[in-house]
Amino acid sequence: MQQVIFIMLSLLTLGAALMVVTSRSLFRSALWLILSFAGIAALYILLEAEFLAVVQVLVYIGAIATLIIFAIMLSRNVMASDEARFNNQWRLVVGFGALLFVALAAIVTQIPWPVNVQAVPPDAIQQLGAGFVGPYVIPFEVASILLVAALIGAIIVARERE
Amino acid sequence: MDYFRDFFVNIARSWTGWIDGFLPGWAVNTLNFLIMAVILVMMPVLATLSFTWMERKTIARIQNRLGPNRLGPFGVFQGFADAVKMLVKEDVVPDGADKPVFNLAPILIAAGAALLWAVIPFGRGMAAADLNIGVLYVVAIGSITTVSVLMAGWSSNNKYALLGAFRAVAQLLSYEVPMILSIAAVTLLVGSMRMGDVVEAQVLPFIVIMPATFLVYLLSGIAETGRTPFDLLEAESEIVAGYFVEYSGLKFGWFYIAEYGNLFAIAAITTTLFLGGWRGPGGSAVPALGPFYFIAKIVAVIFVLMWIRGTWPRFRIDQMLDLAWKVLVPVSLVNLLWIAIAMKLPVPAPVQWALILAGSLGVLLVTLGALGRAAKRHARQQGWVPLESQGNT
Repeated sequence: MQQVIFIMLSLLTLGAALMVVTSRSLFRSALWLILSFAGIAALYILLEAEFLAVVQVLVYIGAIATLIIFAIMLSRNVMASDEARFNNQWRLVVGFGALLFVALAAIVTQIPWPVNVQAVPPDAIQQLGAGFVGPYVIPFEVASILLVAALIGAIIVARERE
Repeated sequence: MDYFRDFFVNIARSWTGWIDGFLPGWAVNTLNFLIMAVILVMMPVLATLSFTWMERKTIARIQNRLGPNRLGPFGVFQGFADAVKMLVKEDVVPDGADKPVFNLAPILIAAGAALLWAVIPFGRGMAAADLNIGVLYVVAIGSITTVSVLMAGWSSNNKYALLGAFRAVAQLLSYEVPMILSIAAVTLLVGSMRMGDVVEAQVLPFIVIMPATFLVYLLSGIAETGRTPFDLLEAESEIVAGYFVEYSGLKFGWFYIAEYGNLFAIAAITTTLFLGGWRGPGGSAVPALGPFYFIAKIVAVIFVLMWIRGTWPRFRIDQMLDLAWKVLVPVSLVNLLWIAIAMKLPVPAPVQWALILAGSLGVLLVTLGALGRAAKRHARQQGWVPLESQGNT
């Protein structure tokens, strides 16, 4: 049963991802991307990682996809739906894409992933939070400094010149 | 008599026990989840039918009118008449619209309004799914609304709809920040994101302990539902009706249902987070009273929201964004920081709560003082005459 659901969700995610790159309208590509993100969130739920699933919806669908749509709406003639699917760089992109795929596939298949067969502890989120301010405090703070730098940079770029 | 003391939980148990007699285990689960899903989907529809009437009556009284009074006692069936009218209207799809997206947007927005109800506890042990990340789930579902508003605005092939969608996204994204920060303050105090735990922790309703957080949450909640004074996304006098200007018939009805469903849900979340949810006098001895207390508190919150709608004019877009980024975000950040400090002080819990209350009141006083000074300065720059000296002439 779980296998069937997993295969259906994977097909949904991959199919939506395929539509992202083949859709003629940029706006529809963004919508397919949202469906793809939602499929990944559903996969997280299947893995009993509800926290990750909700964060996936919140960050990817709520923030990133919305910003992508916003950028498309502001920067292009959105009502014109027909655009060329390929430009003259497609061979280069296919090459690098294949290279990335091979590298990722090699990593995923080579590394022996540690698997914990026990049930998820009920206080998993508390442990995650304690980890952020305990052993992983430096990566966490570095990430926040990065975000603050991006925020300040955006303000400086967007500021009106006197 | 004991059966009635926890009536709703017992009736659910009896029902499960009864169908368990002749159905296999998986069918019992499926059937129960289906029933729960139908109840959750009905919530926004019920909210629309009852709260449109309440809203029209309340605003009518504020504006010194009678409101609906023809159909049924005090006009309570006006909503049903409007629903029938909406059902028989022609379904118009504008020329050049992106049809699949155009049709999907109202479904998604109504689904978002219904999904919110999954984690809301109506009483002790009366939530469809009391997730251990309930509070975060509420915020995540809210982001689906943003996407469906963008879909509606873009697919309509109408510049007013697109402008409305732009405004909607600016508003929803801006007010999500203070909203999440005030929810984080509650989570910090409770130490859990489960909605049931939040209610159990409120020996004192949190509105008494942190009024500033409550106000920030309520203001952001009004903005998230796009009601007056934050109704710039559908400002009739500026951009016709915003992102759903091209919708008609039942598709428009779905937006309407989503609006009132969200209003009901925001009031329910406010009640759960700040007003003690289903807690009330005699609530622990007779848990069946819980849902009634819960609904009564929701109606009180909704009345306040309608009161605000009836008495405030619409903001300008720059004022709306200024309020979010220059007032609500700093207030909720300072508040959150103070709560985190107070929670770590080595004093008993009641003293911590008193400290949090003092900090909350201090933040409110400083904010209101600064806003008042800014308003006076603005009036002086514009050369406006104060009201008191006008009376003397």
